[in-house]
Amino acid sequence: MSQQEKTSSHVSFRDYKGKYKGLLAWILSTDHKRVGMLYLYSIITFFITGVCLGIAMKLELIAPGKTVMDPATYNAIFTLHGVIMIFLVVVPGLPAVFGNFMLPIMIGAKDVAFPKLNLLSWWVYIFGAIIALSSLFMAGGPPDTGWTFYAPYSFKTNTNMLPAVLGAFILGFSSILTGINFIVTIHRLRAPGMTWFKMPLFPWTLYGTSWIQILATPIVGITLLMIVGERLLNIGFFDPALGGDPILYQHLFWIYSHPAVYIMILPAMGAISEIIPTFANKSIFGYKAIVISTLAIAFVGYFVWGHHMFTSGMSGTALYTFSFLTFLVAIPSAIKVFNWVSTLHKASIQLETPFFWAASFLFVFMIGGLSGLALGALSVNVHLHDTAFVVAHFHFIVFGGVGFAFMGAIHYWFPKIWGRMYNARLATTGWIMFFIGFNTLYLPMFFLGISGMPRRYYDYVERFHGPNIVSTIGSWVLFIGLFVIIFNLIRSAKKGPIAPKNPWGGKTLEWTVDSPPTLENFEEIPVVEKGPYDYS
Amino acid sequence: MDTSIIVEDEHRDDEGSKLGMWLFIFTELLLFAGLFIVYGVYRYLNPEAFHLAAQQLSVSVGTINTIILLISSATIAMASSSIRLKNKKLTLILLISTLVMALIFMVNKYFEWSGKIHHGFFPSSDTLHTLGNGDTLFFGLYFFMTGLHALHILVGVVLITIVVVRVSKNTLTDENPVLLDNSGLYWHLVDLIWIFLFPLFYLLT
Amino acid sequence: MENHSESHIVPYKTYLYILAALIALTVISVAASNIEFGGFTVFVALLLASIKSSLVLIYFMHLKFDNKILQILVPLIFLLVGLVLFITFLDYNFR
Repeated sequence: MSQQEKTSSHVSFRDYKGKYKGLLAWILSTDHKRVGMLYLYSIITFFITGVCLGIAMKLELIAPGKTVMDPATYNAIFTLHGVIMIFLVVVPGLPAVFGNFMLPIMIGAKDVAFPKLNLLSWWVYIFGAIIALSSLFMAGGPPDTGWTFYAPYSFKTNTNMLPAVLGAFILGFSSILTGINFIVTIHRLRAPGMTWFKMPLFPWTLYGTSWIQILATPIVGITLLMIVGERLLNIGFFDPALGGDPILYQHLFWIYSHPAVYIMILPAMGAISEIIPTFANKSIFGYKAIVISTLAIAFVGYFVWGHHMFTSGMSGTALYTFSFLTFLVAIPSAIKVFNWVSTLHKASIQLETPFFWAASFLFVFMIGGLSGLALGALSVNVHLHDTAFVVAHFHFIVFGGVGFAFMGAIHYWFPKIWGRMYNARLATTGWIMFFIGFNTLYLPMFFLGISGMPRRYYDYVERFHGPNIVSTIGSWVLFIGLFVIIFNLIRSAKKGPIAPKNPWGGKTLEWTVDSPPTLENFEEIPVVEKGPYDYS
Repeated sequence: MDTSIIVEDEHRDDEGSKLGMWLFIFTELLLFAGLFIVYGVYRYLNPEAFHLAAQQLSVSVGTINTIILLISSATIAMASSSIRLKNKKLTLILLISTLVMALIFMVNKYFEWSGKIHHGFFPSSDTLHTLGNGDTLFFGLYFFMTGLHALHILVGVVLITIVVVRVSKNTLTDENPVLLDNSGLYWHLVDLIWIFLFPLFYLLT
Repeated sequence: MENHSESHIVPYKTYLYILAALIALTVISVAASNIEFGGFTVFVALLLASIKSSLVLIYFMHLKFDNKILQILVPLIFLLVGLVLFITFLDYNFR
């Protein structure tokens, strides 16, 4: 922490002068807020790239047969869309951006436990991203396996698998570093008086997420290394011709990639748990139940990976176990939804944009969650496996759940991060368009899936034409909504009216510091006496 | 607290560093756990072939390497005590013997590997393909797992070398032994993994 | 500040005893591999390895002298690995 000596009392983290100037003052800064902002800008860039790929896919599907691209390009595009959106956007998403920025402030610390490691994690992230995306510019083209890299195709295809797989491996390192950092920060740096059960819920969900990050990511790391081994040395781990078992690859891949869904969704739930009590002006209902359900999701979520493989030919015993565990993991999520709705009961609600995002989060998360239960039932899964229904389900969770929470969080903490208010009317317009576009885009896919349209298909029969047109139009509405939102945020960050310390009447510690916060957040480390949502 | 003093010493939290190191060790354990799962499944599917293939490996080389690693673990653990007792000379001796032990391990490994490769036991070799799928998988796993383990040994050697340099320059003393402790923890992890690799590849014949 | 923890200094003798025990267990496991236990061969080998690794964890890695959190976490990690293995074998064992 080299810049420390230069701090004077009220210079914001955006303006203080450190050892370096200009861009270097950001990309070499170990300040958790600047690292969080670096993540924010890089993730938004990748997100927009991923959205454009998604729009291209939907455009291709507006009519049967070839519309704008050939089948090989389509395969490459859905793979890249998946790789970018999963590994570069939603997995780091909320923890790396808002976790980095808000976690130390919310628990009353000056920084994370290992600031240098924190900066390193961003550099590793960028390095991994460059490696993963370099396949685009190599002869042979980007991979066409889907983001799951299923064996044996992933070591038979002639496309550039190695950069994508190595990139994902490196990105895992970044994720692990963030996880280690957050766990140590939460264990060691809570402000005096902040006992575990006085910690706000967003840090709690980051704690759960960090554990999954450090315990699940290595499994996919080693699996991806084995794929590299397969391609380079032809070892035979997953090659049926050499005695390997491709289903074992699926096991290992999903041992990480299912918990990864909880890496994404837990902090999203945490952000919603911050937004709802603030705008309801009311203490959150069932604080302890939310904490315990967070930890329960993190734990049980580790053992449900097999529900991605119901039609792969697993044993009956495994099928029943995984289906049972899948239903079990739905309980803590339902407890949270119940608590959020109960918090709103008889509350005098402030109708602001972050609240709209939180409320619509509840709506899409319920649809996503309940369709997930449908998929968790064995017999239904056999019918719906690998159809557009699955695509709709996980977009409702990953894009609807995580994306809406991210949007809610960015509006909620916008005054704190940039020290200015956004334009509420434009923000709400953006939200309405995004919400309508989102549902128009994905709801028809449930219908398409039930009637039998497979996922990842380039072409389809005429009877699926109508819903596909609706869906594509939805993607355009969503895109315009996204444009409005981003335009508004960029403009408001420069020209918006100056924000006070606590525009929403929040009770957690980040609302007691300056907007934007100073280098070390607090002039004096606070002593915590009350619980986090004390509105009495 | 006197707020007029803005300049403060660098944040230091030994307990936190140790916790961080342990969390990293957890990720390493899970990394190898993935490979142990693969080993377990393929052993279960090819019991006879794994049984016979393991006889190709020399139990004596494996035993010697195990004992070498155990001794090196003990020496670095003792270094953690000696640095606290302010015995710089003994600390250096213990650390350097750990390094020497690591090098002997690697030399043994080198001869073992080159012997196997010389006899045609290496991934995707014709010898293995004619022997059958069980042997292919056994030796694939053998090279992959011991290779990854050897990579960890090399990382450990680099870490301990840094510690040796810092101890000899007196920048690492009984005041701040946490880097030595954490390198020790890492080295014990390498030992821990070998404790499981050894019976799985050399003894279950 | 509270951060400079005074950790327990373990006497050299303890480490030497543990080392002797570990080497003895290694020799025992090599000897045991020559005895025919039938289906229990793998079990015996893994049991001995587990005892050895516990010794390394408890003494060499200082768990015995460390704070409570680590004493709880470390067994949980091994439990987790065990559970993952168990669930994976629910597939392979009953296929």
